[in-house]
Amino acid sequence: MTTLQATFKKISTAFYKASDAPSNTIAKEPGDTGIAPENTNLTMGQSEPLLALRGITKEFPGVVANDHINLDIFAGEIHVILGENGAGKSTLMKIVYGFYQPDSGKMSIQGEEATIRSPKDSRQIGIGMVFQNFSLIPAMTVAENIALFLPNQPVFLNRRTLSGQISEVAEKFRLHINPEARLGELSMGDRQKVELIKLLLCHARVLIFDEPTSILAPHEVERLFSVFDELRKEGYAILFITHKLQEALSVAHRVTVLRHGKVITTVPRAEVDGRSLVSLMLGVEITEEAENTPVEQNPLNPVVLEFRNVFTSSISDSHGLDDVSLSIQSGEILGVAGVSGNGQQQLGEVLLGLHCKSQGNIRLFGNDLDHWSVSRILQSGVSYIPEDILGMGVVPQMRVCENLVLGEIDKFGSGGTWINWGEVKAQLDQVLNTFPLPLAGHDARTDSLSGGNIQRLVVARELICNPKLLIAYYPTRGLDVMTAEKTRKLLLDCRAKGGAILLISEDLDELLALSNRIVVMYQGKIVHEFGYCNASAYDIGLAMTGHR
Amino acid sequence: MEHAEAEQRDLSGQFQARCIDLVKPLIRSLTGIGLALVVFGILLGITSRNPIRIYANLFSYTFGSTAGLSEVGVLMIPFLLTGLAAAIPARVGLINVGGQGQLYLGAWAATGVALYSNIDSIWLMLPAMAIAGSVGGTLWAAIPTCLRQWRDVNEVISTLLLNFVAGLFVNIFVFGPWKSSGSYGYPYTPNFSAAAILPSIGSTRLHWGFIVPLLAVTACYFVFGRTTWGYNMRAVGGNVNASVRRGIPVTRYIVVAMLSGGAIAGLAGMIEVAGIHRHLRPDINLQFGTMGFLASWLAGHDPVVLLGTTFLLSSIMVGGDLLQISANFPSAGIYILIGLVFFCVLGFRRLRDAAK
Repeated sequence: MTTLQATFKKISTAFYKASDAPSNTIAKEPGDTGIAPENTNLTMGQSEPLLALRGITKEFPGVVANDHINLDIFAGEIHVILGENGAGKSTLMKIVYGFYQPDSGKMSIQGEEATIRSPKDSRQIGIGMVFQNFSLIPAMTVAENIALFLPNQPVFLNRRTLSGQISEVAEKFRLHINPEARLGELSMGDRQKVELIKLLLCHARVLIFDEPTSILAPHEVERLFSVFDELRKEGYAILFITHKLQEALSVAHRVTVLRHGKVITTVPRAEVDGRSLVSLMLGVEITEEAENTPVEQNPLNPVVLEFRNVFTSSISDSHGLDDVSLSIQSGEILGVAGVSGNGQQQLGEVLLGLHCKSQGNIRLFGNDLDHWSVSRILQSGVSYIPEDILGMGVVPQMRVCENLVLGEIDKFGSGGTWINWGEVKAQLDQVLNTFPLPLAGHDARTDSLSGGNIQRLVVARELICNPKLLIAYYPTRGLDVMTAEKTRKLLLDCRAKGGAILLISEDLDELLALSNRIVVMYQGKIVHEFGYCNASAYDIGLAMTGHR
Repeated sequence: MEHAEAEQRDLSGQFQARCIDLVKPLIRSLTGIGLALVVFGILLGITSRNPIRIYANLFSYTFGSTAGLSEVGVLMIPFLLTGLAAAIPARVGLINVGGQGQLYLGAWAATGVALYSNIDSIWLMLPAMAIAGSVGGTLWAAIPTCLRQWRDVNEVISTLLLNFVAGLFVNIFVFGPWKSSGSYGYPYTPNFSAAAILPSIGSTRLHWGFIVPLLAVTACYFVFGRTTWGYNMRAVGGNVNASVRRGIPVTRYIVVAMLSGGAIAGLAGMIEVAGIHRHLRPDINLQFGTMGFLASWLAGHDPVVLLGTTFLLSSIMVGGDLLQISANFPSAGIYILIGLVFFCVLGFRRLRDAAK
């Protein structure tokens, strides 16, 4: 059996090398063993892996999250773990970091077997993790935050020594940060640096980054990647978890693809390209690809939504709108790019009337919106996919069918005061029959669903009513590649039917793929508008960070 | 045809799910109560009383005699109503700790009608008092509602503090203008006329007012479970941010729920003065508001389960009186048992949730 697998591996490796557009043969799983490290062209500092996982298995009720995972991480490499949502990436990392105990399997650090029972254990043996949501305290300074994390600190902090240590590490890896700055005043990128410095001061050798780029602007991503490179040169091992192909391709030395809790393969970067990685991640070739073919806008198309010189006051640390003017015609997708917190949130909320404007006016289908209730706005043909799906889009304790008719229960069933859920479900089934995204069963509790499932629920709810105007915040967030593609196609269908879409996203590729025009928001202002032809990710990225 | 069958299946499935929903926590709660009784029994034992004999007495009195059972019923009436006064606002995510004050104001308003309206017919007088009672409770609940809507004051604090204000407000009348000349200096209002009294059942203290909480529980069950209002209230309580973005008139539901809570608590006050005391005095409450609030939390704000939890609390309270008489155990000691019950029942629930 093993020889068979090895043979297969050789063949498939050879295949990668021979052709840069591998076809569906790759879809077959070459077993759960990674390609042996000696196959790689890396120059390893030592022959022994820094961190080795053998047969790690973790089962949750009803699902095997990790199924006999074998993985070798070497010092001095950037190792990307690539996989869709639910592929088991996060579970695996939580096991490595000691949050979960594996059901079976072993871990070893520099050849020595290690039992990790808690994050404390893993920190002690040199494993550190930078989380998606940082565990930092905004009211404290950088140095104080770091001191909280370091073991064996004296009761009275010696700020000078600590600041010195921080500056030293920061200098070395070009993580420019002021130890006395209050954390709340720092950007997301800077907070990430603080997290990283924390780990470095704890002498972590294996650095795990869990989707670190999701909160960064494009230029910050580049900077992070150059930090990766510095760290690698110093002999750190970097485990970079992502579902973004482009990022995997641009920094990885080796890529491990996870699917359904199994290691599909571990390959050196040089041997794969984007297409082959996608087919490895999905197990199939991508057939549906949303294609943006924006028709020339007819200037006579009715204007659906118009903002004229709208101002709002700012709330907490997010920017209010500052003289925003924009308009969307029917049959048009207007993309809004920007680092989150630059006024995008207010754009939708001021439209619904949840946030008061201090000046300016908003016209919807030619009507002045002052004093319209939310339900009147929605009933005039507006759909709204909010930025925080779980917090603003669904009622977590309710069942799926209840959330599908949220706020619209009077349109389902007999329409009266009494609800007949059987009838409501039958009507929903009828509507959803032709809807391309698969949804969870009607009676499942929403908070038991995965993030992607909840996102699909909301996307379905907001699109089945054929909106004339759709406000869509990050519509594909949390969706796997396939579903995201289908969702994009749904948005294009909506536009083809004459719908207008205000698409707010941080994913520039998505904005470029869908929008007729793109406006960029920075500190509450629209700083730039790009037409379909003259937009490039680089220019937009610059504008997003206020460089234009 | 098929559709109807599917619906039938769906309904029976729902019914089964509902039964499981009810039975599981019931078993868990009973375990908790058992544990509380054991701990309290140990306490009795330490103070050299025979817990088994005391429990046997308690059970045979509260459940085995008409007098005991009717007393349980007497207490359940206000407990159920103040329980609903907490449960309805809880549906939209509000915490109404003000059942007590709203009850007081209801009792006060009903007493005003009883003393000064000169209506002779019982069929007009009692409804008039009921309306006055609910209006009193509603108005008292309107204060925290307005504070919340316009001044962003947390309703927990305002309803709690208004309880004290309500008591003192009522005292102004009871010690002042409404004080009866024939009460030998005690702060009582004059006794109500016959038309203003809820008739008793047989020779017990239980009175016909018991129909009101039963109707209220039934109404709440259907409104919560089967109507668009109940569904929307649940949405508001579950996630107000999502509800507002889906066009549910959140403010309307919050105001209506809070005011209905006040109205029902006010009604409890009216029933209490018209059914039991037959005049207004400063000490009518017996912790009704607090008990109802606790019963509602114990029941997870489910009106049907509330029947069970109020029965439990009433039985313990009635048992407390007996404990004092027969075992020479201070009646305040019964609050220890109530505390233990809460601790054990809610503790078990938390443990289960944590285990999940």
